[in-house]
Amino acid sequence: MMRILSGDLPRSRVLAILLIIIAIGLVAAPLVFPGARSLNVAAKVAVFVLLVASYDLLLGYTGIVSFAHTMFFGIGGYGIGIAAARLGATWGNLALGLVASLALTLAIALVIGLLSLRVRTIFFAMITLAVAAFFQILASQLSDFTGGEDGLNFRLPALLQNRLVCYYLVLALSAALFLVLLRIVNSPFGRVLQSIRENEFRAEALGYRTVLYRTTANCLGALFAALAGALYALWLRYTGPDTTLSFAIMIDLLLMVVIGGMGTLYGAVIGATLFVVAQNYLQDLMQLASGATAGIPLLPSLLHPDRWLLWLGVLFVVCVYWFPTGIVGRLRRR
Amino acid sequence: MLLGRNGAGKTTCLRTIMGLWRASAGTIRYGGREIHKLDTPDIARLGIAYVPENMGIFAGLTVRENLLLAARSGPPDERRLERIFALFPAMKKFLDGAAGNLSGGQKQMLAISRAIVEPRRLLLVDEPTKGLAPAIIAAMIEAFRELKRETTLLVVEQNFQFARTLGDTVAVMDSGRIVHTGAMRDLVADEGLQQRLLGLSLEAHQ
Amino acid sequence: MKTDWLPLALIPLLALAALPLVSTPTWLTLTVAGLAMGMMIFMMACGLTLVFGLMDVMNFAHGAFISVGAYAAASVLIAMKGSMQAPSLAENLMAMAPALAAAVAVAGLLGWIFERVVIRPVYGDHLKQILVTMGGLIVVEQLIHVVWGPDMIPLPKPATITGSVLLGDAAIERYRMLAVLVGLAVFAALWLVLNRTRLGLLIRAGVENTEMVESLGYRVRRLFVAVFVAGSALAGLGGVMWAMYQESVSAGMGMQMMVVIFIVIIIGGMGSVGGCFVGALLVGLMANYIGYLAPKLALGSNILLMVLVLLWRPRGLYPASKA
Repeated sequence: MMRILSGDLPRSRVLAILLIIIAIGLVAAPLVFPGARSLNVAAKVAVFVLLVASYDLLLGYTGIVSFAHTMFFGIGGYGIGIAAARLGATWGNLALGLVASLALTLAIALVIGLLSLRVRTIFFAMITLAVAAFFQILASQLSDFTGGEDGLNFRLPALLQNRLVCYYLVLALSAALFLVLLRIVNSPFGRVLQSIRENEFRAEALGYRTVLYRTTANCLGALFAALAGALYALWLRYTGPDTTLSFAIMIDLLLMVVIGGMGTLYGAVIGATLFVVAQNYLQDLMQLASGATAGIPLLPSLLHPDRWLLWLGVLFVVCVYWFPTGIVGRLRRR
Repeated sequence: MLLGRNGAGKTTCLRTIMGLWRASAGTIRYGGREIHKLDTPDIARLGIAYVPENMGIFAGLTVRENLLLAARSGPPDERRLERIFALFPAMKKFLDGAAGNLSGGQKQMLAISRAIVEPRRLLLVDEPTKGLAPAIIAAMIEAFRELKRETTLLVVEQNFQFARTLGDTVAVMDSGRIVHTGAMRDLVADEGLQQRLLGLSLEAHQ
Repeated sequence: MKTDWLPLALIPLLALAALPLVSTPTWLTLTVAGLAMGMMIFMMACGLTLVFGLMDVMNFAHGAFISVGAYAAASVLIAMKGSMQAPSLAENLMAMAPALAAAVAVAGLLGWIFERVVIRPVYGDHLKQILVTMGGLIVVEQLIHVVWGPDMIPLPKPATITGSVLLGDAAIERYRMLAVLVGLAVFAALWLVLNRTRLGLLIRAGVENTEMVESLGYRVRRLFVAVFVAGSALAGLGGVMWAMYQESVSAGMGMQMMVVIFIVIIIGGMGSVGGCFVGALLVGLMANYIGYLAPKLALGSNILLMVLVLLWRPRGLYPASKA
């Protein structure tokens, strides 16, 4: 177990239990929660755990705020989508699409990294925002290639057409990649990243070329995000700007990583699960609450299911101020 | 005069007095008051002016604007301005030019002019002669002699010649501690002491 | 003081470059449209650049002030619908004045609250600033939905300022001319304050070197609040002008403008109101010219412009701040 988790144990009874429950839930989902909707939720959780973890590598471990992460998520998804839709649904084409999207991801991440990581945090954030916006426009403009606003629907190779097989493939790959990330952050490389996050000046003084490390972290985060995107596309059999590139997803990512716990990687598991489940089921609850409080001024609007983002936003802000280590951090404190 | 090798902590000392850095322990007393917990603007309002090592002039503003800004309680007194122009004629000449276009020596003059545009009780000056040509240093010495008559100066210097000409009392720092205090003329007379404290003999340390 | 005219010259240069590419009447229409858009973007962006230059705070929630200002004004305008629809210019302006005042006041108030509650705890920590202000943006946007409902609110222009005026063959929208006037007035006012008042002196010096200003005895914290509130108020003004231009108000409008605003302040140089002005006009003109000549490139043209400017002057056209 230690080896699998790369020595990074949950270090909290409650957290360990939660993780086990989530893991069991995901593995047993098709049996315990029958129905297309719940399987969808489970698959989304699996994918987003990986996506959020890759973002945690950047934000939590290296201290980089990037708004371009969903762009890489999208590139991965479009890689699969374009290959399957335009070339045909064979394993070979999918592999081609994947490799192409990873190559593109690496190229863009390198360029962004080397050009902008020399600037301060804020400029980097703004530049990634501009680049992501640019990419979004590109994706919707090149509609012959990318399917434009409507995205691409496509079929999968025969084996993956079975929803169960597809689900377990996505889950297994996502879990495996997550464990790889765990390995990375617990390696010497990961430790240097953390020291850079704590005090860049000092790390530089100690002889570490911080630009190189941060660029590498940037590239790694981007690559894992692209992989997550590919998995998501496989599951949805669809790729489009609204499922991958939209700014709303970027914000969701921020919420998940901060609420779950920055710099812990397990926070990604907690955050993603909490968010996706809430997104799908909390709204029903809120609908009930909103109906129940009808007549009282303001309360029904505050509790309206469409306003769930408000509460998550508040929770997010509260976390940044008082619980920067998120749920996982709180649990570990005990 | 506050002397010492590079890294001895002289600049840190000045900055902490000014409240730009917080002291982690101890107290700072000024005129009987404890000031180490005050914010920088409040410390400045007690009559302390600070001329940092990089002079701190506002390059984008004109010379006139720099002086105006330093005169916090209103337009600067005409007589004081006349005195400043007498000490530093270059200020009058470049009054409406951008401060960033001044030469190094002129910037230093501006920095000091700014510090005395209103009466101050204490002037903290960090390495006023750094990077200046000897001729300008001579003018600086004259100016400082004038300043000494109306205000107390706490000057950090690496240039021992400058220090010995102007200084009355001297403190020498090393590794963050004061290792010697006393009258300037005693230090000047004792070459052996100079050698030990400052690491270089008088002639070499120009 | 020798002024750096070169970036300023870019504006007429760009306009002239477009002249041979289109017919003259079209050029006139596009140029006015570009200037108008630029003015509105300027109003929305200048607060942000000043706040960053002076306080070293990047308020990603700036878009919230834009939206809130627009909504506040919308409420007033809807209440004064009659006067807005009246065929008299005087009556229209009498309806618009309180609306603009409401935008400025509400946005300014929100700015004041925001600075105290959200920003103050995170001075100096850029990472937390970005996160917290993003969170603030989401929360404010959602609160707008709570207070004003989930739908977009239509906001027609005042009756006498709709439609176009014909100048020869060129059709020039009245509203755009108003926007240009308001923008120029705002710029002139800002310029006067910054260059002819003691407050402006403090701000300009503070942008360069906050520490030194404090060492001269000025309480810079109060200055920060004043600038933040002013910046938010101006954003609100920009918001309402933009909303009337689009003829609708939506909660996400502020957030939508953020990318353009960032591009403008990067082009202009952080902390420089003049740079922001030039940058905004360039972006507005560029968007309109390219929008006509090659619509597919329109959205990307801003980013291209930013890259070109940065290649020429890596810190922006008029970098003012210590950053």
